[in-house]
Amino acid sequence: MQTIQSTSDSHSRRRNILEQTLHGITEAIEHAVFAEQISANAGFFQSLDARVKVISMLALLIGVSLSRSLLVIAAVYLLLLILAWSSAIPVDFFIKRVWLVLPFFTGLVVIPALFITPGPVLVHLPLGLVITATGVNTVLFLLLRVSTSVSLTLLLILTTPWNAVLSALSVLRLPDVFILVLGMTYRYIYLLLHLANDMFLSRKSRVVGYLSTSDNQHVLAAVSATLLGKSLDMSSEVYLAMVSRGFRGSIITLKPFKMRAKDWWWLSAFLAIAVVVIIMGR
Amino acid sequence: MDATIVFEVCNVSFAYEGNQTALEHVSLEVQAGESLVILGANGSGKSSLLKLLDGLYFPSSGTISVFGKSLTEEALLNDEFNFAFRRRVGLVFQDSDVQLFSPSVLDEVAFAPLQLGLAREEVNRRIDSALEALRIEKLRDRAPHRLSGGEKRRVALASILTLQPDVWLMDEPTAGLDPRSQSWLVEFILNQQKQGKTIVTATHDLTIAEEIASTICVFSEEHKIVASGKPSDILNDHELLHRSNLSHYHARVIE
Repeated sequence: MQTIQSTSDSHSRRRNILEQTLHGITEAIEHAVFAEQISANAGFFQSLDARVKVISMLALLIGVSLSRSLLVIAAVYLLLLILAWSSAIPVDFFIKRVWLVLPFFTGLVVIPALFITPGPVLVHLPLGLVITATGVNTVLFLLLRVSTSVSLTLLLILTTPWNAVLSALSVLRLPDVFILVLGMTYRYIYLLLHLANDMFLSRKSRVVGYLSTSDNQHVLAAVSATLLGKSLDMSSEVYLAMVSRGFRGSIITLKPFKMRAKDWWWLSAFLAIAVVVIIMGR
Repeated sequence: MDATIVFEVCNVSFAYEGNQTALEHVSLEVQAGESLVILGANGSGKSSLLKLLDGLYFPSSGTISVFGKSLTEEALLNDEFNFAFRRRVGLVFQDSDVQLFSPSVLDEVAFAPLQLGLAREEVNRRIDSALEALRIEKLRDRAPHRLSGGEKRRVALASILTLQPDVWLMDEPTAGLDPRSQSWLVEFILNQQKQGKTIVTATHDLTIAEEIASTICVFSEEHKIVASGKPSDILNDHELLHRSNLSHYHARVIE
């Protein structure tokens, strides 16, 4: 039984920090990982073979990474927006999903480049700081390259069920056992997320009043330890279930894909675009 | 040895690491075509026994034979014995989430026949047949984590059905299922019985035991077999069931 210490507003806010954070993380990861609803829509990219999508996106990713032209990368980004639209992905969602997250990662890393890159001065700031045109160009270039790369991956994930992405990875000559482990990781993260959520809900249902920060930390540690124990037990059981059905260290998998003429045509088209991106981006 | 005996368990004891006892001096026989129900309360050792019968755990003492051959860790290192054994014996785990580890239903039901070296055409034929038998053709490309409890159980059964095993080991098959799914599962087990399959079911559900058992053995909470015999004899022995924590008396409330 938890002690009731206070019911003030500040305490209420503190009480919910842990729950809200964990719920938010759970929701965010679930949304990020499980885009099945969109992948089940009837759209252009959904209609292609998963292998075509994996190879095409990889080729474009290489093209964007090698390109030194802002315009060429911008053209690829525009192409991605058109592909997203034709694949029944809401374009505003597709843009926000990348650009709302980007500043927290790439933005923080590249902002110093605004000030330290030598070049013509654009703006004078206090403390002797200056923003240079070369600096702005560098930051824009990095942001656009990263956002285009992330968008390429996002387009693949949103239009392809994760199990199909995993199966398609076999064309990259990744070992089957590696792909199986990736799939199992995805599958059991989902299960453990739900378990964690249930444990926090169960805890919440038994707490009256609020928990202090140290109590919250204690709860978090206890849940983490329980999850670790459960995941260890589960991994052992999963291994037994595999052995029971003939697993002996190596994996044989079905490769049920069948390439159609349409798939070959679009694969060629995307590879050609990647080559053009590399050549024009020099 | 009698050719009709599938499993012969002789004086088997088993303990987990840390000396946590799971089975104590257990002896039993499973005949071909028999439907043996192992009744016991939670923690009595039923699941451990099924894993021993499936060659996943090995006894601390005592011996287990299967189809007249000794079932040991060394024996299962032999490819020929391992393949023959795994093809003939299938275990349905209590927790379907443990059993469904593949990225899609199709991969899941294909797993066993592929690992056991069946030809691709035969694997595809068995997949189609199993999906149809369990009426889950529509789930073929679905990810297991998106399925309901009843659907997961059907896929788990399909993943064993593609083996076409002679022996089914089932751990708490009705646990967590709604009444319709339970009823369907009982029909599935009865159907397998009609086909001459040997079935060993671990459960504490007396209703399913009555419906599917040809023989029942009862485990005590001390991890020992305390009774075995015909379903009618065992299930009418209320004192035995009460002592084994399988049924309870409720005090009548007098207003």
